[in-house]
Amino acid sequence: MSSIALFGALEIGLIYALVSLGVLISFRILDFPDLTSDGSFPLGGAVCAVCLSSGMNPWLATGLGMLAGACAGMVTAWLHVSLKIMQLLASILVMIALYSINLRIMGAPNLPLIGADTVFTPFLASDFSNQWWLQPLMILGFVVVAKLALDVFFSTQTGLSLRATGANSRMARAQGVATGKMVVLGMAVSNGLIALGGALFVQTQGGADISIGVGTIVIGLAAVIIGETLIPAKRIFWMTLAVIVGALLYRLFIAVALNSSMLQDFGFGAQDLNLITALLVVLALVLPQAKHKLLARKG
Amino acid sequence: MNKLRLAAPVAALLLVMGCSKTADSQDQNTATATPSADVKQVAITAIVEHPALDAVRVGVEDELKDAGFIQGQNIKVVFQSAQGNTATAGQIAKKFIGDKSAAIVAIGTPSAQAVAASTRDIPLVFAAVTDPVAAKLTPSWEASGTNVTGVSDALPLEPQIDLIKALLPNVKNIGFVYSPGEVNSTTIFEQLKTTLAKDGIGAIGAPAQRTADVTTAARSLLGKVDVIYSTTDNNVVSAYESLYKVGIENKLPLIASDPDSAKRGAVAALGANYYDMGRQTGKIVVRILNGESAGAIAPEKMATFDLILNKKSAALMGITLPQAIIDSAKEVIE
Repeated sequence: MSSIALFGALEIGLIYALVSLGVLISFRILDFPDLTSDGSFPLGGAVCAVCLSSGMNPWLATGLGMLAGACAGMVTAWLHVSLKIMQLLASILVMIALYSINLRIMGAPNLPLIGADTVFTPFLASDFSNQWWLQPLMILGFVVVAKLALDVFFSTQTGLSLRATGANSRMARAQGVATGKMVVLGMAVSNGLIALGGALFVQTQGGADISIGVGTIVIGLAAVIIGETLIPAKRIFWMTLAVIVGALLYRLFIAVALNSSMLQDFGFGAQDLNLITALLVVLALVLPQAKHKLLARKG
Repeated sequence: MNKLRLAAPVAALLLVMGCSKTADSQDQNTATATPSADVKQVAITAIVEHPALDAVRVGVEDELKDAGFIQGQNIKVVFQSAQGNTATAGQIAKKFIGDKSAAIVAIGTPSAQAVAASTRDIPLVFAAVTDPVAAKLTPSWEASGTNVTGVSDALPLEPQIDLIKALLPNVKNIGFVYSPGEVNSTTIFEQLKTTLAKDGIGAIGAPAQRTADVTTAARSLLGKVDVIYSTTDNNVVSAYESLYKVGIENKLPLIASDPDSAKRGAVAALGANYYDMGRQTGKIVVRILNGESAGAIAPEKMATFDLILNKKSAALMGITLPQAIIDSAKEVIE
């Protein structure tokens, strides 16, 4: 595998690490099955892309994309908390609504950003020769900041209340936690992170397309599950680290599937990519268990 | 324990990566063993696999073959599909750039954008991109001066409209079934409206968000239009049978720009021959392999179109096909 392909995998893996951090908050910490992400990821991208095309400061554009995602998450939470709509249904409703909204925001199904100023532009060499390592490095910065900020946040009073809401909402209410507000806050943070991923994604991929959201939740969940399997932990610091590792490994799996001529020699073609990915994820899930059993038998 | 759990899959991953590396170097060894030491890689990527896009790829490969570039001897042609996933399209772009390909052929707008965003020096030849200027792949239809050129599948609308007018001389309104999420279709709808307005003909759009919505969208046009026109919209093409059903039930003629749609029930289809577009794309690739710079080659529009007629549908939908049109058809389905 060439280093450009490897760093390309890391770049997309790091972007999806933000998504999986968001999914970790909704699914694991808040216990809220949330499909809003398939809409909030392209929403972040759409808002950022529109702002960038109008010549706005890229950092501000990225921030606005993130903010839009946070609003989407709050709407899902509001539908559930105030209007008592089932969690899954509430998120599906927001997700499909966002499809139309994203089309409206972009004004077309595809909004190219090739040649537009992005957060990376000021640091890129004029011939873009440093692009392949600079972009992943800067996104790593985003991921590290997001991870540490989450670690700090979840140890504050509010963060702990949020965790309590997800763990046992009745008990949390009994302790005086405003669980409704916590759900709204948690969903805002979750979808804000996912939309930040979307905003960075469009800046690395040359444009926003209405189809970029498809399967976001699957990728996010896969990363969470791979991470949890490899690094089972109760402490927030390790949980957030685990999903980042999971997201990176997931992308590396795909890179291997794309780059391995050994797999191609076995007759695997590009059309088998999804299957190969699924098999590798299953492998990641099963191998540790098998090892555990083997050790137990011996021990 | 944590370390152990981590170790197994990571080891497996490294093993596969390691093996792939060995295999790669073996490839290089066999390459250097052949008479021509300079084996260039032509990388082809498509956003999804479907018959039209596959035909483009086959066309490119055949053109390369005819120009004397033989797979495994003096050229290595590789293909990867993003399976509809834009993140994978990005990773495929990075792989092909990392491989130092001599040229990358990108089929479909998102795939082409992913490559264009990541390289300024490896030649990018796009195909099946309707509007490369709107997609910001090239600044204009002139030679770009950058690393990008290619073939657009933009349909000139005038021949399409002439066909509709020839088959339905009294046409007042044309219905257009399309999906609002496909940039190719929305662009064509805008062009259709402005072009038809000159002839005093109305264009009424019926958006179908999903394949399952095509029937409902088509029914919404009943009584308002004299004909339903459709293009290479993925949703509509996948559900063409449901459009056909609405057409025969209501004697509403269907005219398409996707040649396969005539086989599936449209009265007439005047459309792109995607294999020929692949050939046209291949010619550009050959010029690049022979040393021309991509930036010096102006983006081209697709050159060949085929007319296909369906006599059975014409009878069912109440259309008489003029002999002159039958004579000009490439294929008439009885």
